[in-house]
Amino acid sequence: MAKLEMTVNGRKVSRVVDDRTLLAHFLREDMQLTGTHVGCDTSQCGACVVHVDGKAVKSCTMLAAQASGAQVTTIEGLSSGADLHPVQRAFNEHHGLQCGFCTTGMIMASVDIIARHGGDLDEATVRAELEGNICRCTGYHNIVKAVLAANAEMHGASQAAE
Amino acid sequence: MYETTYHRPASVEEAAALLAANPDAKLLAGGQTLVPTMKQRLAAPSDLVDLRHIAALRGISSEGGRIIIGAATPHAEVAGDATLRAACPGLADLAAHIGDPHVRYMGTLGGSIANNDPAADYPSAMLALGATIHTSKRDIGADDFFTGMFETALDEDEIIIAVSFAPPERAAYAKFPNPASLYAMTGVFVTKGSAGVRVAVTGAGSDGVFRQAEMEAALSADFSPAALDGITVSPEGLLEDLHASAAYRASLIKTMARRAVAAA
Ligand SMILES: Cc1cc2nc3c(=O)[nH]c(=O)nc-3n(C[C@H](O)[C@H](O)[C@H](O)COP(=O)(O)OP(=O)(O)OC[C@H]3O[C@@H](n4cnc5c(N)ncnc54)[C@H](O)[C@@H]3O)c2cc1C
Ligand code: FES
Ligand code: FES
Repeated sequence: MAKLEMTVNGRKVSRVVDDRTLLAHFLREDMQLTGTHVGCDTSQCGACVVHVDGKAVKSCTMLAAQASGAQVTTIEGLSSGADLHPVQRAFNEHHGLQCGFCTTGMIMASVDIIARHGGDLDEATVRAELEGNICRCTGYHNIVKAVLAANAEMHGASQAAE
Repeated sequence: MYETTYHRPASVEEAAALLAANPDAKLLAGGQTLVPTMKQRLAAPSDLVDLRHIAALRGISSEGGRIIIGAATPHAEVAGDATLRAACPGLADLAAHIGDPHVRYMGTLGGSIANNDPAADYPSAMLALGATIHTSKRDIGADDFFTGMFETALDEDEIIIAVSFAPPERAAYAKFPNPASLYAMTGVFVTKGSAGVRVAVTGAGSDGVFRQAEMEAALSADFSPAALDGITVSPEGLLEDLHASAAYRASLIKTMARRAVAAA
């Protein structure tokens, strides 16, 4: 058994789990954070994306034990209180989802993309960087629109704050 | 996934000792190949020895005119490293196009070359750069390291520490990705340096990565895309699967080689 010490959405947790437990299953079953989804068996769909030490990774392709000691953020920890994170709000406003299954992974991936490019984002970059997130419903157009809109809002807001 | 026991050594020596003590153990780097394989129950290591927390295995430096990349350096760091970008942008670009961003945060150079997937990108770079693979036991030249599909010269208990190479004058990689898996359907890495011209092909050989001698000769005389015009690549010995026929891959080798030379 593996002893985990982890910070999940800002809360310190300590648990003992089977060594083979995937981070995705730990989050869903032990932490009851079912916003992280598992959409495939082949590490290709990105429905399971969470942030580990600030980086978007596939939680189905990492053991919980590998993430011990890390700061983990899931979709549930993205915003505080009832306010949505700007990326969540943009997906809502631009119809960036239909069934919603891919959405949590899409949003976690998008937050990482926006942070990494520091406001300098275009449509081609968003499409290329969403390679690892598959959506069976939307055809991606509105997802890309939502990411670009959130980027404009977050970038504009950070400029205004400076 | 079958049961396994996870270990987190702090040094290469500790990792080597864990491998020695557990004959069915496996090294775990980024896990972007090993974890999916274990999920499919195609691998069942009794123990996993995590290399991600060994500082000595991580990072990029320049020493005595050579670039050194730690085995556990993730693709994202290779893609973004300023020293490497200045010395060999072709290799940084290759890393920037492996899989997707999530894979690039976790996957490592050492894991990629140890696995030697016939469609992986890094093996072609190592071969074209004439890189040296430094392990816990010895130094191995890239020409001797890649021995066949999913096969390398590594012993079961040997750990890759780093790779090193002298930056060439010119280098570039051109890849035709499989649109679903993102791996190379065919990729060609071309270099021109003190060791002459080297052309390495991945994704196409039924025995894994290989050098294309005819193109190397033509480009040694004239390092330009036009120098490849007269060459016809034979489909013999090339991979054939549901994604592409051997003849199509033969054609892709020439097209990717021309693009790589133009970009170098
Ligand atoms: C969706 C997806 C898309 C991908 N697309 C691409 C692509 O386009 N191009 C590409 O090249 N690859 C691609 N990959 C593979 C990816 O690059 C992997 O990261 C890489 O092949 C393995 O590196 P790793 O660090 O994850 O190794 P792991 O999975 O941890 O290990 C792989 C093997 O190497 C061994 N190993 C690891 N480190 C060492 C070491 N230091 N010394 C000795 N043995 C070691 C392990 O024991 C294991 O057998 C993709 C993977 C996924 C999931
Ligand atoms: S569930 Fe993780 S990539 Fe599909
Ligand atoms: S909204 Fe249904 S899979 Fe993306």
